[in-house]
Order: sequence, then structure tokens, then C-alpha cells
Amino acid sequence: MSVEQVAVLGVGMHPWGKWGRNFVEYGVAAARDALSDAGVDWRDVGFVAGADTMRNGYPGYVAGATFAQALGWTGIPVTSAYGACASGAMALEAARQRILSGMCDVALVVGADTTPKGFLKPNAGERNDDPDWLRFRVLGATNPTYFALYARRRVDLYGATSEDFARVKVKNARHGLHNPYARFVKEVGIDDVLASPMVASPLRLLDICATSDGGAAVVLSSMDYARKHLSGDDSLVRVAAISTVTPTFPNSVIEMPNFATDSAAGLPVPDRTFKNAIGDAAYAQAGIGPEDVQVAEVYDLSTALELDWYEDLGFCAPGEAEGLLRDGVTEIGGRLPVNPSGGLACFGEAVPAQALAQVCEITWQLRGTAEGRQAGSPTVGITANQGLFGHGSSVILTR
Amino acid sequence: MAARRRPIVEGWFTMPDGDESPALIGTRCSDSGTYFFPPERVMSRAPGHSDSTLTEVELSNRGRLWSYTDANYQPPEPYVPVTDPHVPFCIAAVELETEQMVVMGQVVDGVTVDDLEVGMEMELVLDVLNSTTDDDGEPVDLMVWKWKPVVAGGAS
Repeated sequence: MSVEQVAVLGVGMHPWGKWGRNFVEYGVAAARDALSDAGVDWRDVGFVAGADTMRNGYPGYVAGATFAQALGWTGIPVTSAYGACASGAMALEAARQRILSGMCDVALVVGADTTPKGFLKPNAGERNDDPDWLRFRVLGATNPTYFALYARRRVDLYGATSEDFARVKVKNARHGLHNPYARFVKEVGIDDVLASPMVASPLRLLDICATSDGGAAVVLSSMDYARKHLSGDDSLVRVAAISTVTPTFPNSVIEMPNFATDSAAGLPVPDRTFKNAIGDAAYAQAGIGPEDVQVAEVYDLSTALELDWYEDLGFCAPGEAEGLLRDGVTEIGGRLPVNPSGGLACFGEAVPAQALAQVCEITWQLRGTAEGRQAGSPTVGITANQGLFGHGSSVILTR
Repeated sequence: MAARRRPIVEGWFTMPDGDESPALIGTRCSDSGTYFFPPERVMSRAPGHSDSTLTEVELSNRGRLWSYTDANYQPPEPYVPVTDPHVPFCIAAVELETEQMVVMGQVVDGVTVDDLEVGMEMELVLDVLNSTTDDDGEPVDLMVWKWKPVVAGGAS
């Protein structure tokens, strides 16, 4: 099965950083860049989708309308989507569906965030029925706690070392050196990572991504519109798949923000894990397999998580990710460069913008215009991330 | 006089007075045999078993360490600091054999990651999460479950 495609007409980003300004500014800047890249006037956009932020009050919960108002009301329909780190993919999917159903030709998708310093934490208040509140109150479990539990499994099951984890950071730091949108642009050595303070054993400060301000936007259109708009140019980047899957019960891997896994004592555990299923659904839509992928942007919330993704997306068998990294396969110049943008290691996490930023990077890679970080001449790229509370996110772009 | 004790969350674990071991309280779907922790009270989350009865059960209070880490920095609110400065504590994810599920918990004080190893046996104990005062001004210990390594030979 492969589904009908839509075109990526334009992409845009606001640089990641700790700017401390209103998130709307970043979203609007990214949207204007994306519209300009697409050569589309805002008044010709037929649908707008916003990826929500939870840390910026009401405007953040209605991000679609917030951006539409800031760009100037034009009367078009709107949606706002929240799926934690997967929000961007959800908003993108809303836009794709709108186009594929024939209800509009061009759609704009925007995500942006302003984040506070330090650990991400729940909103204030006493909520004894909110697992995301309770995990901090009862367990003192931060996001890195969960990342560390997974990392420890790699150490235990596959003999991964701190040097292996550090090598992910070293690679991504090098990739992002010339990325104008990256926040951290500095070479990092293995020793730098190993000398950074332990946050959640076995993960150190430089193994874990920061939180950032940033914004990203994507303009999608129908293939017909794109061909006319681009005077028949057929080499444009297309969306071949968007996966927004949820877990299947029983999910036997502990997931943020839960206290426990589902129990496998009743119903059989599915053959494929949730993270496997995120990629599986994308591959199925695109009608391709992992062997066809030439470039990837995966969610390196921690260095060890990037390695998990290699296996979850089928780039290698379980336990082989460290080898893939060591052999240089996943660095620029290798067979399958991963996170040529520099990944979260160079960006830090701007939650609702991140899934869209991944799409921006893969678009540039497929166009061959990723300055200072071009990973060969790929024609197929994949993105992957996961939002807490059971949100999968994976997008496949082809050219 | 000892402070009164209150669970940090009502209905998630037993608080026996004597020598009896505490246990997490779960529910079990009578159709599928699936367990739930935290206890589901409204309906079974096992797809296809929504009409099943949920029975309250005590979960196994021993299991094998699935993974672990520590908190070297003080977690943000609503975590309540218990020492100043922060003293790192461990967090464990423990696999229960009968229930076939992994349950997280803090590890008792004094245990570091160097004392832990994936696969080791852990037991559930009660401990004070933090101490505070009740509405009437009386001291109260807010209790929580924690995981504790089972030391060979039974010494503790």
C-alpha cells in the first residue's frame, strides 16, 4: 500500500536559542520564511494548522489561531494539535488530510515554543489524578530519568559504553557546526562528554538535550497545485508518509510519564514494540522499507535514544547500533547519515516545533541545499520522534 | 509522639501496622487476567474486555530489577526536597513476574547505582516521602513505596 502524496512547497525556521521572546514571533518568522520559500502569498493559503505549546498560556493552546491572527486573519479554517513532541506531525497530518480530501490546495503548518530553563516540569497546581504531575511528586522522575532507564538497558543488554553514547554527541555536534538554525555550534570531544556532570546515570549533561526556543513551518500543497505553481517541475519534495500511531495494548516498555508498563499477564504482547510500530506505519504508507532510507532525522533526546532509533527504524538489528555508529555509517559521508542537522544535540528541544524542524531539514537534504551539512544526494529521508502519553511521529519525504 | 502516617496517594498501596509486608494495590481484569497499576477503577483497558469486572489485588512485593538510574540534581516541583542540599537518590524499574509488568519506584536511601545491577531481586518497602504538617498543625509523614535490594542471606 502506498498513499497519495502531497508536495512540500516550502519550509522555514527561526533559529533555535534561548531568546526569551514570545513564541508567536518565532512561529511567524518561520511561517514567513516557509511562505517565501514556497512562493505563496499568505492570502492564498486555504488551511492553517498549529502545533500547540503548553508553557505559554492560552495562545499556546490555540496555536493555529494564534499564528493565523498574527499573520492577518483571512477567514480560513484552522486546527491546533497537541501530541507533545509529536505535535508537529499531528498538525502536518491535519494539513495533509485537508489537501487529500480536496478541501484546499495549500496549507500552512507552524510550531513554535518558548521554554523555561532547566528540566521540563508540569504546570503548577495540585493534580493527584495527573500522571505527569504525580511522577514528579511521588517518584521525583524527570524526563532524563526515563531516558536513563532506556540507556541502562543498552548498557546491560548490548554492552554499550559511555564512550559509545558520547560518540553520538560528537557526531551530531560536528554535523551542526555550520547549521545557521542550530543553537549549540561547537565541536565536542568524547572527553568533554565524559567530563560533564552525571545527571541520571548512565547519562551525563552532554548526553541529554537542552530545552530551547525555536519555530518551524512547512507549506504543503496538492501535487496538481505544485506542478502548476512550479511550471511543471516534477523534482519537488513530496510527503510519502506521516505516521501518528499510538501504542498497542499491552505496551510492555515503560513510557513517560507512566508509573508502570501495561501487564502482559492477560493479552499477548504485540510482536512489534510501539517505537517499531511508528516506523512500520510510515514505511507501509510510503511503500518502502528501511533499506531505502538515505538520510534520517531522529529524536536524540539523549545520545542513547538516537541509538535506539537506529534499531527501532530497522537500520540495523537490535544491539548493532553502536557498531553502525562506530563504523561511520550514520555520519555525513556514511551510507545513512542520521541527524545531519546536528539533531537535538545542537538544537535543544522546542517541543511543538521539533517534528516540523525535522521535516525542514530532510526537505533541504533532498533538495541538496543543506549548506555545510549536505549528506550526499539523498532522494528518500525519514524523521522519527515520540511524544509522551503515547504519540508516535514519523514522516517520510521523497524526491 | 510519632507523626501520623498518610499515603502520598490514596488507594495505591497498603500500609500495614505490624510486621506484615506492604504491597502495591492493583486491579485485575477478570476476563483477560490483565493487571493494572495504578489501579484502574472504572473499566478494563484491555481492548475487548470493557465489560469485565475489575477486582482489587495486592501485587507481588518482590521482583527483578529491569533498569535503574539516579537523580543527581534536585527534581523540579512538584517534587518536594527532603534535604538541603539535594542528596542523590536512585529510581528503579522492577519487573513483577506474576503480573508481567514493570513498576517504577524510588530506591531506599543509602543505595547508589554502584549497588544495583539489572536482574537483581528487589522488594517493596514503605518509607517516608516527606514530612509536613496536617491542616490541624499536627506533624504527618507522607508515605510512599520504595524498592530495596534483597541482600543475599537476608541481612538488611
